[in-house]
Amino acid sequence: MAADGSLAGVALRRGAPNSLQRFARRRSSIALLMTTPLLVIIIGLVAYPAFYAIYLSMLNRRMTEFVGTLNYEILLESETFWMVAFQSCFFAITAVLLKALIGFWLAHMLHDIPDKGQRKWRGMLLVPWVIPPALSTLGWWWMFDPSYSSINWLLAVISVPEVPWLGHHWWARIAIIMVNVWIGAPFFMIMYLAALKSVPEQLYEAAAIDGATGFQRLRYVTLPMMANIISITVLFSLIVTFANYDIVRVLTNGGPRDLTHVFASYAFQVGILSGNIPRGAAVSLFMLPLLALCAFFVLRGVVRRNKEQM
Amino acid sequence: MADKDLSRRALLGAGATAFAAGTLSAPAVFAQPTTTLRCGFWDHWVPAGNGAIRELCAEWGQQNRVNVQVDFITSVGNQNLLTIAAQAQSRSGHDLLSFPTWEPAAKADLLEPVDDVMGRLIGKYGPVNDAAEYLGKIRGTWRAIPAVSGTQMKPACVRFDLLEQHAGIDIRAMWPAENRRGPGADSWNWDTFLAAAEKCHAAGVPFGMPMGSFTDAVDTVGAILASFGASMMDARGNVTVRGNAKLKTAVEYLVRLSRFLPNDVWAWDDGANNRALISGRSALIFNPPSAWAVAKRDAPQVAEKCWTVPMPAGPEGRFVPYLPYFWGIWAFSRNKGPAKQLLEFLSERSSAEKQTNTSNGYDIPPFSSMSDFAVWANEGPPVGTVYNYPLREHHNARASVAQAPAPAEFAVQAYQQALNTKVVARVNQGGETVDQALAWLERELNTIRRGG
Repeated sequence: MAADGSLAGVALRRGAPNSLQRFARRRSSIALLMTTPLLVIIIGLVAYPAFYAIYLSMLNRRMTEFVGTLNYEILLESETFWMVAFQSCFFAITAVLLKALIGFWLAHMLHDIPDKGQRKWRGMLLVPWVIPPALSTLGWWWMFDPSYSSINWLLAVISVPEVPWLGHHWWARIAIIMVNVWIGAPFFMIMYLAALKSVPEQLYEAAAIDGATGFQRLRYVTLPMMANIISITVLFSLIVTFANYDIVRVLTNGGPRDLTHVFASYAFQVGILSGNIPRGAAVSLFMLPLLALCAFFVLRGVVRRNKEQM
Repeated sequence: MADKDLSRRALLGAGATAFAAGTLSAPAVFAQPTTTLRCGFWDHWVPAGNGAIRELCAEWGQQNRVNVQVDFITSVGNQNLLTIAAQAQSRSGHDLLSFPTWEPAAKADLLEPVDDVMGRLIGKYGPVNDAAEYLGKIRGTWRAIPAVSGTQMKPACVRFDLLEQHAGIDIRAMWPAENRRGPGADSWNWDTFLAAAEKCHAAGVPFGMPMGSFTDAVDTVGAILASFGASMMDARGNVTVRGNAKLKTAVEYLVRLSRFLPNDVWAWDDGANNRALISGRSALIFNPPSAWAVAKRDAPQVAEKCWTVPMPAGPEGRFVPYLPYFWGIWAFSRNKGPAKQLLEFLSERSSAEKQTNTSNGYDIPPFSSMSDFAVWANEGPPVGTVYNYPLREHHNARASVAQAPAPAEFAVQAYQQALNTKVVARVNQGGETVDQALAWLERELNTIRRGG
């Protein structure tokens, strides 16, 4: 320390900071260092597998030759593939819509319950979402079992004829959607409940003074305030539902007649079970442009609304 | 300095000590295994089934001073297929693995040829069955050894009391637990079967034949098609659907037969037929003795009325569904020699019999000369119930693999996509005509063929 108490002497003795020290003092350098683990994870676990899947989808069945887009062309000419594409869209859109509606309704029901009793209801309603899906789907499969369905047994008690839950393609599709909705609706409920709680009470008071009806309060206060949460939740669920595999695999294995296959289960059948990994990779990659399109429109809406609010 | 120099006496002493130490420790060093062989075997359905493999590996390891590490990989959730795919991609993992039916063909380029082992085994025990050769011998080279553990056949498991009561067929007299055919065995064909199916359906105990996309369904329908001489693709990979009268006749037969099966067979998995038999709701299923074994534990009154018999015959012969496992050695393994020796040891008659005995007769060796193991004659009740489970000479039957004789790389895709059951389902469930369904089948097979 110098006689005047400053650190100038020390600084002079150490000399000017070298390039490494200057690099370490820059905020951008610190930011880069801090984000490096995340970048490594994204490159290793997201980017690399994605590009490797694209590379695989351009090989022949024995993976010895580059065939360009041949696997995609073959799929586009296959009627089974188009059926799978239709079923994937039908399954994802129907299931997400139902989950959103049921979640919305449940969130409102819960919101109206006094805080004291709300917690136990919230916990109970979250149970389907917390149980591992493969396990709960197995439980559902026992209920839908072609020969010993417990649901059919209950229906028989009230003289309703047996339902071929997994034997007829429309019933099988309905069964798959039912199970997906049962598992996924609590997620929507909890997200919407959080959004509802963040709507300022003054807005409702103002609407009440203006003489707004219940529906008008929902239409002009609740929905606009929840719009971003609804959009993000729907997008997230759409991605997860679109890529769903376990429910179809456990309940129907894609049957009857491939009429319940979705992209993921069909990709597994073609890629792993049938030993055609490149074509299986091509099937699974068809999800990418569809989901990217959805993500683009949903996120654009979110950004727009944010700008309007600012 | 003088005491630091090495004297002649000290040098001799040190040399003697080193020699003595080396000599004394030699047996211990010599007894240590120098090689570690990593094996991944199929995790057997029968709980005791793994024990036989573990004991045999330990025995061989001790004899040959090889440390044999044994892992059992389950086929539940296709874990074994995923393991094979991962090891093939990374070119690392076990030295040898159990490969399910189609995998030796799919991974042929990555598997060490085992012609030398197969040559010695065939020289000793005679030829293996055609189906095992079709699946394991790729382009003239044995790529894997047909395994004992896990290999199964799916003949008919009959409730003899129900069949006699409702269809008037005494199946035990027809196929006794002896090396001979009984009276009426010659009439055990698909026409007799259809008539019996109709009667049992009317009596409320329909035959439990799945028609979905799982292996029991695909294998059974494959054997029926084979017995009609019907194939969808020839050995060169040409689609043979158009104008194929035998295929059309076989599909028409299956359409008629499936009207006398339970309504929900289109959604049955591999366990549904077992449950149908064990619960007493079905007079016949096509299955290995595992269904009977479970019945013995859970429903003994059903088990004691079960009798396993060969499949009915068709115009082109009698074919029994066959679903083998193979033992293969990765080409990237560093222990190919010991791996071959171990697999040869596991295929020896005494080792095969141990595996079959431990699995209560479930495991089928690939050599017809090994179809005389005592376990099949002694298992019961009723004693002799699984006598006709392995192929025997008087059955005049052949093992069948669905989609054969198509090249394995195409056959596996048609097999896994269950094209043979779907073509029937399109008629029965989808309301299409047989010609429309066959046209669809042709398009699907052409899609499979494209892209190599």
